[in-house]
Amino acid sequence: MIDILIPTVGQGLLWAMLALGVYLTFRILDLADLTAEGSFPLGAAVAAASLNAGLGIPTSIILAIIAGMLAGVATGVLHTKMKIPALLAGILTMIALYSVNLRVMGKANISMLGIDTVFKYTRDLTGLNVADSSFVVGLVFIVVMGVATYHFLGTEIGACMRATGCNQQMIRAQGINTDTMIIIGLAVSNGLIGLSGALIAQANGFADVGMGTGTIVIGLASVIIGEVLFGNRSVKNSMISVVLGSIVYRIVIAVVLALGMPPNDLKLFTSILVAIALALPLIQSKIKSRKVVK
Amino acid sequence: MLELKNIHKTFFPGTINEKKALCGLSLHLESGDFTTVIGGNGAGKSTMLNAIAGVWPIDEGEIIIDGENITKFPEHKRAIYIGRVFQDPILGTAAGMQIEENLALASRRGETPGWSWSCGPKQRKIFHELLKELGLGLEDRMTTRVGLLSGGQRQALTLLMATMKKPKLLLLDEHTAALDPKTATKVLELTQQIVTRDNLTTIMITHNMRDALAFGNRLVMLHNGRVIIDVKGEEKKNLTVRHLLDMFEQAAGADAVSDRMILG
Repeated sequence: MIDILIPTVGQGLLWAMLALGVYLTFRILDLADLTAEGSFPLGAAVAAASLNAGLGIPTSIILAIIAGMLAGVATGVLHTKMKIPALLAGILTMIALYSVNLRVMGKANISMLGIDTVFKYTRDLTGLNVADSSFVVGLVFIVVMGVATYHFLGTEIGACMRATGCNQQMIRAQGINTDTMIIIGLAVSNGLIGLSGALIAQANGFADVGMGTGTIVIGLASVIIGEVLFGNRSVKNSMISVVLGSIVYRIVIAVVLALGMPPNDLKLFTSILVAIALALPLIQSKIKSRKVVK
Repeated sequence: MLELKNIHKTFFPGTINEKKALCGLSLHLESGDFTTVIGGNGAGKSTMLNAIAGVWPIDEGEIIIDGENITKFPEHKRAIYIGRVFQDPILGTAAGMQIEENLALASRRGETPGWSWSCGPKQRKIFHELLKELGLGLEDRMTTRVGLLSGGQRQALTLLMATMKKPKLLLLDEHTAALDPKTATKVLELTQQIVTRDNLTTIMITHNMRDALAFGNRLVMLHNGRVIIDVKGEEKKNLTVRHLLDMFEQAAGADAVSDRMILG
């Protein structure tokens, strides 16, 4: 049991950066950002290409974050400056990134076999096995990025960003350019998502142009599962919930696969899970109102 | 202090919904003027405030605050000079954020946000004192989300936020219209208190003629996007609702008295 749990939790921690990114746009900025589907494989592609080019682990990871942030800025500019609805702006960036990712990698799939990844580096440094090393790397990254993101949300800029998601009229009346705040928010979010992509690709040993399909749904599943199970009383509470949600999601997936569900049905399963979770408040109120009638 | 020169604004020009909201509106406010604004529905009262606040660009005319021409400034740049309270209590505050977080945002109105912590212990102490002066008990609930407050509490908080960093101009857009009579009276008293204390140049829209007469040193009536009555000082003090209606009929034509104004 424990030998399945550790790698599953490790996976959850690596995917939790994606969940945090989706939390920033979906909950904090209150917009559904589909850029994730492109910025996740972008982070993977940039990291894989830079590692193959021998740029080293820190540089590759930083480049992946920067690439993700730029993708977020692109969506932000499309949405705020060109007045394209957020959903469509995200789709445009996501589709454009498919071509960008192919260009970055030069082909549809590149392997990192035999190359020093962050995981191999950790294994060599500590003597841990594959599963434990992914757990340790995930833990280190999520703690650092989680604390940094939480601190960011508490700064003056972060507070203005949260207010933008709450009430644009109000924060404009306080002299804040809401366009700028949305662009910053999308950049930070997609930076985190790019980082998640970079780490997952290194954990898998390859980057693939198609690995982004469904990332937004995985992110949403983590956010919603986390908030339902662990609460959303404050920003801190929500962020911790989202990280735990990402882990729970991985455990659920591992369990249903162990129970014999074909892996090809995973995306269908995840979509249904998210749809039910999103409809939960409505279902609850319907049940309540029925009780009142009786 | 505030100068509005010949302002024109037409919504949906060239369509069947075309609406000439402001038609050559001019107004000059002295520093410290507390001006109440009345007028029927569609007279252009809210449009005037939105034009000053910069919600959208005007078609023609100039807006000058304290010698600075702000006609071309976007909404968020004008916030340096202007504090606002809206008719809908929901609009003035960020519902998902705490009381103290909202106050922290308002305490930096018009400043570029930086990287320091938004709301620290030093600020909390100041906010505690300010909230105490409101007398609503909010000083003991500073970490409560604003969305949990009543409309009156939110409006009082918005008023505090609009004035905590002293604005050159305070815009009140029927800020008591959505409140019950008792709460409305309380918020109006609070308004009077803050405006007098800080000697704020204020424009207050109201649908209530008695309030328009009771508050401020100046009264302006709008009709069809223009100022048709402008009384101040002693003359305003001696004004009654009867007088006002007579003046309105003279200025706008007998048939123009709207039901809503008589009810006020």
